[in-house]
Amino acid sequence: MTHVSVTVNGEQREADVEARTLLVYFLRETLGLTGTNVGCDTSTCGSCTVMVDGESVKSCTMLTAQADGRAVTTIEAMADGDTLHPLQEAFHRNHGLQCGYCTPGMIMAAASYLKENPAPTEEEVRESLEGNLCRCTGYQNIVTSILDAAGSMSGAQA
Amino acid sequence: MVATETFIGQPVLRKEDGDLLTGQARFIDNFTMPGMLWMAMVRPPYVHATINSVDTSAAASMPGVVGVYTGKDLSLGALPFVWPITEDIKIPVHYPLATDKIRFAGDAVAVVLAETREQAEDAAEMVSIEASELKAVTDLREAAKDEVIIHDDLGTNVVVHWSHGGAGDQDIFESAPVIVQETYDQPRLIPNAMEPRGCLAYGVGAMDEWTLVSATQIPHIAKVTLAGVMGIEEPKFRVIAPDVGGGFGSKLNVYAEEALACALAKRSGRPVKWIEGRQENYVATIHGRGVTHDCTLAGTEDGMILGVKFVELADMGAYFQLLTPGIPELGAWVYMGPYRPETYWYEFRGIVTNCTPTDAYRGAGRPEATYVLERLVDAFARKIGKDPAAVRRMNFHPPFDEATTSICGLNVDSGNYEPLLDKALELSAYDEVRKEQQARRDRGDTKQLGIGLSTYIEMCGLAPSNILGALRYAAGGWDGATIECTPGGGVIVKTGTSPHGQGHETSWSQIVADGLGVDPDKVEVLHGDTAITPLGMDTYGSRSLSVGGVALHFAMEKIKEKARTIAAHELEVSEDDLEWADGSYRVKGAPDKARTIPDLAVSAWHAHDLPAGVEPHLNATAVYDPPNFTWPSGAHIAVVEVDTETGATDIIKYIAVDDCGTVINPMIVEGQVHGGVAQGVAEALYEEAIYDEGGNLTTSSMTQYLVPTAVEIPAIITDNSQETPSTTNPLGVKGIGEAGTIASPPAVINAVVDALSHLGVTEVGKPASPERVWRAIQDARGGAA
Repeated sequence: MTHVSVTVNGEQREADVEARTLLVYFLRETLGLTGTNVGCDTSTCGSCTVMVDGESVKSCTMLTAQADGRAVTTIEAMADGDTLHPLQEAFHRNHGLQCGYCTPGMIMAAASYLKENPAPTEEEVRESLEGNLCRCTGYQNIVTSILDAAGSMSGAQA
Repeated sequence: MVATETFIGQPVLRKEDGDLLTGQARFIDNFTMPGMLWMAMVRPPYVHATINSVDTSAAASMPGVVGVYTGKDLSLGALPFVWPITEDIKIPVHYPLATDKIRFAGDAVAVVLAETREQAEDAAEMVSIEASELKAVTDLREAAKDEVIIHDDLGTNVVVHWSHGGAGDQDIFESAPVIVQETYDQPRLIPNAMEPRGCLAYGVGAMDEWTLVSATQIPHIAKVTLAGVMGIEEPKFRVIAPDVGGGFGSKLNVYAEEALACALAKRSGRPVKWIEGRQENYVATIHGRGVTHDCTLAGTEDGMILGVKFVELADMGAYFQLLTPGIPELGAWVYMGPYRPETYWYEFRGIVTNCTPTDAYRGAGRPEATYVLERLVDAFARKIGKDPAAVRRMNFHPPFDEATTSICGLNVDSGNYEPLLDKALELSAYDEVRKEQQARRDRGDTKQLGIGLSTYIEMCGLAPSNILGALRYAAGGWDGATIECTPGGGVIVKTGTSPHGQGHETSWSQIVADGLGVDPDKVEVLHGDTAITPLGMDTYGSRSLSVGGVALHFAMEKIKEKARTIAAHELEVSEDDLEWADGSYRVKGAPDKARTIPDLAVSAWHAHDLPAGVEPHLNATAVYDPPNFTWPSGAHIAVVEVDTETGATDIIKYIAVDDCGTVINPMIVEGQVHGGVAQGVAEALYEEAIYDEGGNLTTSSMTQYLVPTAVEIPAIITDNSQETPSTTNPLGVKGIGEAGTIASPPAVINAVVDALSHLGVTEVGKPASPERVWRAIQDARGGAA
């Protein structure tokens, strides 16, 4: 067993985990943060995307031990109390989700990307989502949602 | 008097979104219970083999293992199969665990129960299977030769022959001025709902009461059929579909793992959970398509389609799942498309192979039919040197607003096809694109333009029970709805549909809001639990709105009838003196004397002064059996750029014009079209399940099987403004869930062929991968040299 200390959604969490435990299973099973979903076993689908030290990471590609001492943010921490994050709000407003299984990963990937590029083009948004699969929406309203959120986020900052 | 807002037709934002956006959803893998055990399946390292022995001893002694069981240990009944489409069909019996022979890669031979998922999976790898390997047959033409028999007791792999037979003068296929003959292959597809399957079974042995929570589209059908397999008394069995992460038909089934989880919960006395891995999903969850058609079109030199004939081989896979041989039959009714050939022939043979069973995948039979018809129409247009839009236009059935019998034998509810094509041509700037195409051809550009059309009809709203009976399907096609008006002004709706992304909570609320004059936010829609909504037939086949939504309409009619009686009593007038206006019952000529449904719900709840013979509580249930299917239609156009040096195809414009009858929520309708088209584009350009010579699936994970990303899927221009009401139901609704997947594959492939037709290319195959397209170009050039 390996002892880890990870800051998850702003809280210091300590646990002893098996060396093989992937970050996603630490989040889901040890901490009960089930908002992060698992959609594949080849690190392809992106459903499990979270942020580690502010950058998007597929949490099935990282061992929990590798997250030791780092800060992880999951979908559960995106809303501020009763106020949705602008990305969550934009996904709702633009019908950017259907079954909702890929949605947490999409939102985490987009949140990370918009930090790098706050005013992307449609093409740039599409490229930024290359690691995240969706089977319901044809991506169109996801892309629209992210562009909409980028607009409202930059407006809020101005 | 306040004018009531109308919600039908408005893009009301979804009620479903909150939990899904914030990580609070209840997907199956989020469920846990005290004392819960994990189940892992032991899949074989063979595709086709005779089992000699299964040694579970090493696995049984692994840490945390509670038990390891083979099929002989459990002796369960066969899995449900409900559609024996012919009298002489040969049914491959399908047990939850294989005991004699392994017939496909997902054919589990044992199951492990352990304290944790990891322990169960580790132990599953320690089960030793000793088997004599047999030659595997994964190609349906090879399998049809019967050189290797997969089910010895059946004596053949050709397990069913369903001939719809002919209508009209069959000699036309010899004698017509123009005969077009083509063979089209449609490979197997892997559905890839983003959430893999999974289930959790638990109960109380002493009371023999059991619950199955499953990522399923069909809790009601699963309850009835699994109760039979398990020997559980149906009233003591409850099935719950929690939040379900997509289905597309892959969860329209009753699977071995669901039966095994129930059996092992009974045996162990502890809750049992199983979650499918993605690579497991690729072999153990149903595939779609896997068909080949020999096609003939008889026509005239000026472009009239006289007859169409299709002879199909359909890959059933190693066993029948719930509906398997019925899927090609679902296509049988749309082979005429929106046209009016006078002659028709359709038959198919179902072939058993050493592959994963096929079953319903988004569109189920209708994409296969539409693909071959629309490809054939383009081949016909090319052969006679006519514009494919012009050929379609001259063959359209004229507009009709009464149910009309088609050459395929069912009554089409209504249709108006030509304006849909006109709209699609306009939105695609068809004439300009043709000019640009010609310019590029004249210049000999590397990147050539192609325009592909697909005009389609589909058959939705499964289904009139009497027709299902005539087709030998075991169940009915009705659905149920219960409405309860609560004293606090709320309306509880219990629907028999089981959504998994389609937004029923929102659309159903809109229907109720308009019907009963309440705010949609006051409507609470409950679904997916056989204990809460016992009356249902679930969600598939674009049926939810046109069957379940219509049941809701009739339940509202009953509510209003009772409400009117109470209103007349309270207002001291006769019922005839009341009219329904602006969301209330009002006295004619004195509209301020009125009662709303919430007012009357309070009266019915306290029941202090109800008219004689009226039961307390304002509630009603309706069960609706549709008198006919519903028949959406549309015109899709793909404009593609094909790189003649690399074979790569880029969709530069995609237009989807669909007539789904009355639109309840245009935002949701558009979303359904986007997703459907994306799946069809995936089918046309990227996705294909490929097997090697040993019968192994080589596209065995998401890294080899190309589910497209946001980069590959184009922006889609939609138009749903034409709303030809269905004559089947009073809402006029038709369905939209499968339209995109039905229409788009031929539009895209027709476009690719069109881009290269001046080079002599007539066929590229599906999916039109760069390699296939490049080879087609080389072959055409070689042929010309």
